[in-house]
Amino acid sequence: MNRTNLTVITPDGIGDPWSEAWAYRELLYFTVWRDLRVRYRHIGLGAAWAVVQPFTMMIVLSLVLGLMAGVPADGAPYPVFTFAGLVPWIYFASAMTHGASSLVSIQDFLATVYFPRLIVPLAAVLVPLVDAALAFAVLTLMMAWYGIAPGPALIALPVFVLLAVVFAASATTWLSALNVKYRDVRFVVPFLLQFGLFATPVAYPSSLVPEPWRGLYALNPMVTVVDGFRWTLISTPAPTGVMLLASTCTVVVTLALGLRYFRRMERVFADVL
Amino acid sequence: MDGFWGAVRSATGAPAPEGAQTLWALRDVSLEVRNGEVLGVIGRNGAGKSTLLKVLSRITIPTEGRVEIRGRVGSLLDLGAGFHPNLTGRDNVMLNGAILGMTRDEILRRFDAIVDFAEVAGAIDTPVKYYSSGMYVQLAFSVSAYLESEILVVDEVLAAADARFQKKCLARIEEMAQAGRAVLFASHDMAAVQCLCTSALWLDRGQVVHHGDSRSVVGRYLTAEGRDLYSAQSPGDGPVVLEAQLVCQDGAAAVRPRVTEPIVVRMHVRLPAGAAGTRLGIAVRSADGVPVFSSNLEDAGLSLPSGPVTLRAEVEIPADTLLVGEYHVATCLSNGADLLDSHEPGLAFSTEPGATLLYHRWAGRKGLVQVPCRWTVERAP
Repeated sequence: MNRTNLTVITPDGIGDPWSEAWAYRELLYFTVWRDLRVRYRHIGLGAAWAVVQPFTMMIVLSLVLGLMAGVPADGAPYPVFTFAGLVPWIYFASAMTHGASSLVSIQDFLATVYFPRLIVPLAAVLVPLVDAALAFAVLTLMMAWYGIAPGPALIALPVFVLLAVVFAASATTWLSALNVKYRDVRFVVPFLLQFGLFATPVAYPSSLVPEPWRGLYALNPMVTVVDGFRWTLISTPAPTGVMLLASTCTVVVTLALGLRYFRRMERVFADVL
Repeated sequence: MDGFWGAVRSATGAPAPEGAQTLWALRDVSLEVRNGEVLGVIGRNGAGKSTLLKVLSRITIPTEGRVEIRGRVGSLLDLGAGFHPNLTGRDNVMLNGAILGMTRDEILRRFDAIVDFAEVAGAIDTPVKYYSSGMYVQLAFSVSAYLESEILVVDEVLAAADARFQKKCLARIEEMAQAGRAVLFASHDMAAVQCLCTSALWLDRGQVVHHGDSRSVVGRYLTAEGRDLYSAQSPGDGPVVLEAQLVCQDGAAAVRPRVTEPIVVRMHVRLPAGAAGTRLGIAVRSADGVPVFSSNLEDAGLSLPSGPVTLRAEVEIPADTLLVGEYHVATCLSNGADLLDSHEPGLAFSTEPGATLLYHRWAGRKGLVQVPCRWTVERAP
């Protein structure tokens, strides 16, 4: 009874989204934990899927592009090279797929209970991190197999992880809200991801892209993320400052627009769903 | 919705076109609910009851106006509100606690009380999608009733629970109000609103009709909503009372029947094929919703034939039964287990004093009915 915190509801919405999401962090942990449980409970192979998917893709890419087409790999063994790109890419693809449908898939919930809606896409972005961690463990095993040790650049790895997570969070915040109103998003996301796989240096090195075009190329933040992963882990050339700048710009703009749209749509989620 | 251009407008943030018709679900509704108060929200379907509760629960954001809330709001707006079908009862309790902003320890302290009250101890580790709707609402209610919130908002969901559990819920709501929590409770059950609520809010088409003491608000609501002629608005395929009317013995409409004359309820009932065993009954309530008596066809040893057929039925409330005052009579059809058709609050009528001298001795009497009791007096030996 001593909690007399005042909540004011006005047409402008309720308070600041970030501080509110922070106040509900317990719910965020719970949502992430719940998603993981629901996800793994009814899946036969369980956590193994997190490894099987990137691993089979790595084998196919190594055979078709590495062996048959002879795509260069910046001097690294092609399987390790492509796997180091697949780990962040599959994380991003999975975050986008789950994130875009995250609000729509719990519509009954949104219509009956209040909590900061931002938690939903945020949780959707955090859950695939667990899969990514498993795939990352396999990557370290592969590096050991090929006898590759990371250099001092390894300390920069968290920067690229953060870049990937923030970009995924910004994009899913926007897409999940858009999906509430336009269910077409469900079809657009797989389409975008197919394009993205080619617009990101997962199967080929970004050094194949002519130097003057790299800044434009890196407007896709995943370019910098993948290059950053390879640089810090298998010592390929580092992403340039221009690339880092271009990618950061995209992330900031996506975050601002996504959050703005989400906040506007948040008011009517329960009515539209 | 509003088609392609509407979609483009909203995607670009342009305002809606002028002159578009606006339907206000709620307008000019101002009220204050204090700690320990139980507010009953009543009104017809579509009056704005659920919208009000949704605004207070922060599900729907108002277009204008302001709400100030001190404390956390626990809401039970829908059957299984806040429940994730794939999670077990246990996990759902934890989830709902987290939604209220409670920590894990706080939830665990109340866990046993919740399961105990909900009577689902045997099924607490089963995913809730396997629960019956009764179990669902039992767990949902006890979660919102035992988790720490200063304000409880309950929409018409208790109807899914059985009568025994409903009573238990009403008792718990009363207990919570006594502990200083504020409760908002929307219901069509006028007797419950009167027993439980300290005040009531009557909404109609989004506006407040009356707000005040629950007894008087409910009384006015029932009087206003009742009519002396009823006809079903959109009868479905099932058994239905198409029309009901109050008449005097001579067949004239009885808006103000005298207590000294019999009052007849005349009904037109339509039964579809295969509706064998349908029961027809009436229930008489006082103006403030207290049940006075009920009667059905079987009391007289009669039964309805199997359809398809349209029937005319009449039931006579004997003379010298009711007192002077306002009453409602509702009709209902059931098959013993389920209510098939009902018409609430029913036909309204107010009884007038009779012409006989005898009656005047009854005037101003307390109670709901006159009972011809037998008295004897003799000199004690």
